[in-house]
Amino acid sequence: MIAYILRRVLYIVPISLAVSLVCFMLVHIAPGDPIDAMVQPDTPKEVIDRVRAEYGLDQPLPVQFGLWLLKVVQGDFGTSLIKGRPVLPDLISASGATFVLACTGGLLGFVTGCVFGGIAGVYRDSWIDRVLLAVAVAGVSVPHYWLGMVLVIIFSVNLNMLPAMGAGPGGSAVSIFDWEHIRYLILPSITLAVIPAGIVTRTVRGLVSDIMSQDYITTLRGKGLRRHGIVGHVVRNAAPTTLAVIGLQLANLMGGSILVETVFAWPGTGMMLNTAIFQRDIPVLQATTLVLALFFVVLNLLVDLVQTSIDPRISRR
Amino acid sequence: MTAPAPLVRARDLHVSFVSRDATVKAVNGVDLDLDAGEVLCILGESGSGKSVTLRALMRLNPPNKAVVSGELSVAGHDMVTISDRQLSSVRGKVVSMIFQEPMTALDPVYTIGRQIGETLVRHEGIGRREAEQRALELLELVQIPSAKRRLQAYPHELSGGLRQRAMIAMAISCRPQLLLADEPTTALDATVQIQILLLLRQLQQELGMGVIFVTHDLGVAGEIADRIAVMYAGRMVEAGSTVDVMRGPLHPYAKGLLGATVHSGLRGTRLTTIPGSPPDLRHPIEGCAFAPRCPHALETCSAGVPEFRPMQAGRAVRCFRSEEIAGATTRPPSRTTPQGVLLP
Repeated sequence: MIAYILRRVLYIVPISLAVSLVCFMLVHIAPGDPIDAMVQPDTPKEVIDRVRAEYGLDQPLPVQFGLWLLKVVQGDFGTSLIKGRPVLPDLISASGATFVLACTGGLLGFVTGCVFGGIAGVYRDSWIDRVLLAVAVAGVSVPHYWLGMVLVIIFSVNLNMLPAMGAGPGGSAVSIFDWEHIRYLILPSITLAVIPAGIVTRTVRGLVSDIMSQDYITTLRGKGLRRHGIVGHVVRNAAPTTLAVIGLQLANLMGGSILVETVFAWPGTGMMLNTAIFQRDIPVLQATTLVLALFFVVLNLLVDLVQTSIDPRISRR
Repeated sequence: MTAPAPLVRARDLHVSFVSRDATVKAVNGVDLDLDAGEVLCILGESGSGKSVTLRALMRLNPPNKAVVSGELSVAGHDMVTISDRQLSSVRGKVVSMIFQEPMTALDPVYTIGRQIGETLVRHEGIGRREAEQRALELLELVQIPSAKRRLQAYPHELSGGLRQRAMIAMAISCRPQLLLADEPTTALDATVQIQILLLLRQLQQELGMGVIFVTHDLGVAGEIADRIAVMYAGRMVEAGSTVDVMRGPLHPYAKGLLGATVHSGLRGTRLTTIPGSPPDLRHPIEGCAFAPRCPHALETCSAGVPEFRPMQAGRAVRCFRSEEIAGATTRPPSRTTPQGVLLP
């Protein structure tokens, strides 16, 4: 098992290399010159060339990539072209904010999804199943930035109960968990939770109703197990697949909360990325994309490891 | 006190499956008696209601679809009116079941030891550790080699025969008075079938359990049963001691079953088949259910449902014409083997 984990962790190295290469390429393939965004339109060409050389942007792309990678490995993510300060501290605090939001939204979505899906699966084809399934489909279909705005209009504008934007005093919600900060977390995390809740509901519903019709459930009833004893078996059987779906959804939330973070002005990586795109701030863009991609890779690894440890049918060799 | 009550007593047992599209009357008035320590074999084709009858004995048919009526008592428990709570204490403790497919009937993500222990923890009120120890003894009882290692195995790591042995260990873990076996050898290789049958017979004698065995395999029935009951279209059509039924079946359907079975040492003898297929139980059946396939059927056979008439020596038959047919010659069945198959 330990050898398996080690090997899986080692796999991360080539994957990360490939991911960073793709990130780098994409940024440079995209139209728009960062220097044009920085300088006045009427700047003389020599000045532009000098600035370009200063940032190393006159070098061939492979050389640029090599230099960038060398620095990244040393923990230097470069300097923001716009703000003129190192990217790393900003990135860390933004990642923290995104992490808090994604985990809260994710947890909310998964608990709702498991409960709804479990009930719908057990009472398949009853009215309650139909209602829950309709809710799940609606959850997956509603654009979440639209839902975010509707929630803001209802709870912030009309009822004046919750703040509409930001992460509370001090900006970052990383370590401060009091009501003053949780207030700010409520609307964005609900908005973020809707899609995973819908997806998990449908997954769990399918799994549970499938498991409930299996022969071994009849065996368990025949053994005299009561309802709660059987639930344990159903959970254990449904867990590997559910965890895989949940892990991928969480990775999506980490990287895919750009719209929600923008709607709620949540100071996370999503908003950072959005700003960097508009300002053509290449170092920020590259660093943020890389970190988000690595989130994805690491979460995938965790999902695989957890799945392997709880499902005996997956080979550990 | 009067005479000891039979272990199983069913009178006019009906089971139907109700869904939005149709109502399937799977069991239509079955009478059944089983004494403690007795082995009964229920024979019949697929769809004859034998498995449903067996499951009805411990109320294992899907609770939201199956409707059970009639009289049914198992070891003194009224299984028709029993509460869910009582039912769960009877299941696994007083009566337990072995299933046809040991691969799908065991939970794939629990170890064998855990699944056997679970039954013990539920009914004997012992701890996990002690249950594990008892599970080991049970695996040895069902002759699983290197039992200690197998305790930690998952079902997919065992062969079909070993899985079925583990299933048997689980079923007998609380020494039930009644063991129900739903075609326990059908999914296994012929050589393994015999081993499992011998094991079951040995355990039955050691533990003194009553056993009801459902099969379509006459060889299996001859090997293990004291009595045989033949089912067709949800009703008993013939019942009697194994020897009597195998030597001289009274009902044309039972005769057909015997005629369609491969007997060893009868090479060159032509096998006969029963023409047609069993009736669709979604529709009500007029008269004798077997009449459309019966070589001896007269017009009068469709007039009404024949009675299940008691005959001499504990036999009974559901046929208008059994006495007239009895004169017809039947091929004397020789020793049958578990490999005997019922041709369609």
